[in-house]
Amino acid sequence: MSLTVVQTLDLKGLSCPMPIVKTAKAMKQVSSGEMVEVFATDPGSVADFQAWCRSTRNTLVESDVTDGVFHYVIQKR
Amino acid sequence: MPARIVVIGGGVAGTLTANLLSKELRNDARVTVVDPTGMHVYQPGFLYVALGEANGRWLARDERQLLRKDVALVVEAATRVDTDASVVHLARGGTIAYDFLVLAAGARLVPEQVPGMLEGAYDFYSLDGALRLREALRSFDGGRILVGVAGIPYKCPPAPVEFTLMLEGYLRNRGVRDRSEVTLLSPLNRAFTIESASKVVQPIMERRGIKLATFFNVESVDPSAGTVESLEGEKAEYDILVLVPPHRGQRFVEESGLAGNGGWIPTDAYTLQHKDVERVFAIGDGTDLPISKSGSTAHFEAPVVASRIASLVRGTTPRESYGGRVMCFLETGDRKSTSLRFDYEHPPIPPEPSWRWHAAKWMFNRLYWVTVPQGRIPDRFGRPGKIDRSES
Repeated sequence: MSLTVVQTLDLKGLSCPMPIVKTAKAMKQVSSGEMVEVFATDPGSVADFQAWCRSTRNTLVESDVTDGVFHYVIQKR
Repeated sequence: MPARIVVIGGGVAGTLTANLLSKELRNDARVTVVDPTGMHVYQPGFLYVALGEANGRWLARDERQLLRKDVALVVEAATRVDTDASVVHLARGGTIAYDFLVLAAGARLVPEQVPGMLEGAYDFYSLDGALRLREALRSFDGGRILVGVAGIPYKCPPAPVEFTLMLEGYLRNRGVRDRSEVTLLSPLNRAFTIESASKVVQPIMERRGIKLATFFNVESVDPSAGTVESLEGEKAEYDILVLVPPHRGQRFVEESGLAGNGGWIPTDAYTLQHKDVERVFAIGDGTDLPISKSGSTAHFEAPVVASRIASLVRGTTPRESYGGRVMCFLETGDRKSTSLRFDYEHPPIPPEPSWRWHAAKWMFNRLYWVTVPQGRIPDRFGRPGKIDRSES
């Protein structure tokens, strides 16, 4: 099982719900165990990504913020 | 010589901008609107047509009647903009030269991007679509109705929620509600992208027994099985499926190299100028701004574009800027509505739904033709409510 980030999405500047939609599209393309990294600036994305991962049973491996840019790493179940 | 100003698109954005410019600049400008149909369509009316509350006749007017006499109207499609030569190419081979160009041609619907959508789903985003849906609903005798969004961004963000709430009332009135199930498919874990609006809408949905399927991002439709599948891997069965089709920017904008991702025009959020091309402005549904694609947005953007172009024509410094202001009604069914007033900085604080907002919406629907295109609605209308930092 691979544990690498296979795709990085730059979703900075996009507003809700675009980051979730784009991430859902990307997650569809990757295999189980692989990870997708996301950069976003929408402050609402924090709660949205947590809830989306819970609902889809993917793992939110990382969630942090630097200088107003939110960074997420999600692992496909 | 008067400045040559060409406006592509005869919707709210283009018509109002052209009228304001000609009123302001008079003989200092020659304003031309280019529109493929010459008909001005009031798109918010589609919703009412689909639910049998209005017929299609009041939704379209002759664009010529809405423009000031000194604005020229060319009824022809623009096919390409040559920004090096500053000319617009037209479908029948002619060209129009401009000093200033306003791109106000809106968005186009691309249902073909979602497999199965054309065959399997209804929509209320065109007059044809709304009429087809009206027929389907009239003969509906119970079953599952799913309402969702097949692509983002789309015009009029509250429309799917409004449609769902109004549909529930419609089914009740027709006496088929007890054998029907109404479900809203949402791309998020709430009914509406704006959290404060969700808080108003969701309790109403619960009270009326409308289901909410969360994190359901539509991927494909299987018309023969009567199912719709999400990117998240869920599948839902339907008897009637109503989807907002995916949208893109206009083709001629893309083919002229004026568009970015999704065919949307890279637009400065405050000056509404094209980010890469001088003397070209963008307004309305075709921009890439992170704000609602709606007539209201266009309505508030038009005075800014008109004022900035007028300043440039006169050689003064443009001062007006757009703050992201939007004001829209949200129908909650049972003849009640709320309103959403917001801008780039302030999220909306929707009031409790009441018949007053519904009456205001009806009045607006009726008065639209003699107020909005002509710029007769005072500028103070629809300022956002008080600031509430707790919302995001």
